[in-house]
Amino acid sequence: MKKTMTKTALCALAASLTFAALPAQAETLRILTWGGYAPDNVVEMFEQQTGIDVEVTKSNNEGMISKLRATRGGGFDLVQPSQDRIVSAQADFNIYKPIDLSKIDASQMIGSMLDATKKSTTFEGAVYGVPHVWGTSGLVVNRDKAGSVKDYTDLCNADVAGKVSYRLKRPTLIGFAFAMGEDPFAAYGDVAKYTQIMDKVEKKLISCKANVKTYWEGGDALINLVRSGEVNAAMAWDAAGWKLNNENKAITFVSPKSGALGWIDTFAIPRKADNEAAAYQWINFVMQPKIAAMITEAAGNFTASQGADAYVNDTLKAQYQESFPPADVDNIKWYPPVPAGLEEIEGKVLDRVKAAG
Amino acid sequence: MSLRTPKLRLGLLLLLTPMLLWLLLLIILPHVNMAIISLSERVSAGEYAFSLSNYAEFFTESLYWNTFLRTATMSILVTFLTLIIAFPVSYYIAKMLRGRTKGLVFALCLIPFWVSELVRTYGWMILLRETGVVSSSLQWLGLTDGPIEFLYNDAAIIVGLVYTSMLFMVVPLTTTLDSLDDSYIEAGYDLGGNGFTVMREVVIPHAMPGIVSGCIVVFMLTLGNYLTPALLGGKDSLWFTEQIFTQFITRFNWEQGSAFGILLLFLSSFIVWLGLKLSRQSFTRVMS
Repeated sequence: MKKTMTKTALCALAASLTFAALPAQAETLRILTWGGYAPDNVVEMFEQQTGIDVEVTKSNNEGMISKLRATRGGGFDLVQPSQDRIVSAQADFNIYKPIDLSKIDASQMIGSMLDATKKSTTFEGAVYGVPHVWGTSGLVVNRDKAGSVKDYTDLCNADVAGKVSYRLKRPTLIGFAFAMGEDPFAAYGDVAKYTQIMDKVEKKLISCKANVKTYWEGGDALINLVRSGEVNAAMAWDAAGWKLNNENKAITFVSPKSGALGWIDTFAIPRKADNEAAAYQWINFVMQPKIAAMITEAAGNFTASQGADAYVNDTLKAQYQESFPPADVDNIKWYPPVPAGLEEIEGKVLDRVKAAG
Repeated sequence: MSLRTPKLRLGLLLLLTPMLLWLLLLIILPHVNMAIISLSERVSAGEYAFSLSNYAEFFTESLYWNTFLRTATMSILVTFLTLIIAFPVSYYIAKMLRGRTKGLVFALCLIPFWVSELVRTYGWMILLRETGVVSSSLQWLGLTDGPIEFLYNDAAIIVGLVYTSMLFMVVPLTTTLDSLDDSYIEAGYDLGGNGFTVMREVVIPHAMPGIVSGCIVVFMLTLGNYLTPALLGGKDSLWFTEQIFTQFITRFNWEQGSAFGILLLFLSSFIVWLGLKLSRQSFTRVMS
């Protein structure tokens, strides 16, 4: 009796081990990205064409860095952090490996954007990122009810009191600094000057707190607040504004007077990526103009793919042109790479704003 | 005597192994690691040195200290309110009901916990938001002219937390009250007591271990809650666990986050110890 028990146990063990080993045989590509950057239809096409299984995990800048830091750069084959957040994370935590530019079809990418991203993600002579999706943050405004809001600081006006929302994160600090006539990007290298600017912003945000309904956390939460009419003016992404514009013509994205803040989300390879080859395959696949247009449909933002605009629907193009007259495009403030240490200063400012009564 | 024979003790040890492994690998080791991390400080990129500055930060920056105090006082308030609401419910279930109805009412208390905390919290958000159910019903009834915002304040946090904690108070209270023999209560009345004195002299002393264990569980769960304060509190939702989360995830400052984590562990244990001392209960008796 005892012997059969042992045998059964051994069989069960062997069986479970076989099952555990099985999935490793199929080739997989694990992507850590933002919502909408790897839509189901694109994933399906890629799987059919290459036979590689794609696992998509959605996150944000901080989440991506934290996850990779915890595993020392393992667990994923491709990540999509913003270009300004790569160098400091690489210097501190060594979580990425350099991009092999020879494996990327550069002709599919808009040259100026590729060059800018290469430059801002260069650390110790190696390039760590290539561009994928770009967009801006600025103001989402219900023009019927909050027409007076033209710049970030207008969110503190009395006529929109209680109907305002923004995030308690670094883009808000940067946006308010620009609207108050400062240039935080120029002060990136000067800690004393930067601290002084942030102190000024802190005072403004604390005095503005009474105006705020709530600090939004995720894009969906913000869209709900504006859609229900609980919030009439918010600092948010352009894509959120255009999404709301589809339902209510009064609401749209407005490029602030002091300039929208421009970001580029990149492709980067984690240091311990298992399937680098598939990652490069994916990059070249999604940068094809037609595929890139599909991603634009899903994410609401344009990509760095050369010629993809031709395939994007006219509504989104019209919305883009309405929000960005040519002068406003030139006024976009692109994020330079964040030097290490600045985020600590910002962190304390954000904590104090949150705690202020 | 036979328990002392080596063979049986080995058996006992084997039975305890999963439990010990669980404690060691999932509780003790991570905490030791966290304590080590909390004692280091980032000097420059990728370089760390021993330092107590993370703990000093907690005591010198009034912001963090105040957040902890606020979290602790609100948790105590929530525990107290939960007790006030749960006691009559438990008494009713344990002493007034019999047979099937008893099981049924008890199950009714359980049902809200079949869905996750996130769903329950979103439920409260749908009820309380400016365009939500409560606000619109009040307008429909003509009790107010414009929409009212019930969300994003301390009261909303407390309502959400009390709701989330109810079950953890009702279960231990019902169990201890169940074990109280009805004849004791009758004897109390026979000896000339009224409802109030019987409650004070007979029922509450008997239920004390249940009250205290329920309070400990509710207090610890509330103090460690992250979701409810963050979602219902909005712009003023200052909660200590949120600070820890921010340090770890958005600031990449694991050193500071670990120090906060260790401080939370010790300070909350201290509050529980204080509560036990004040109620003159022993931990072993309460938890048995």
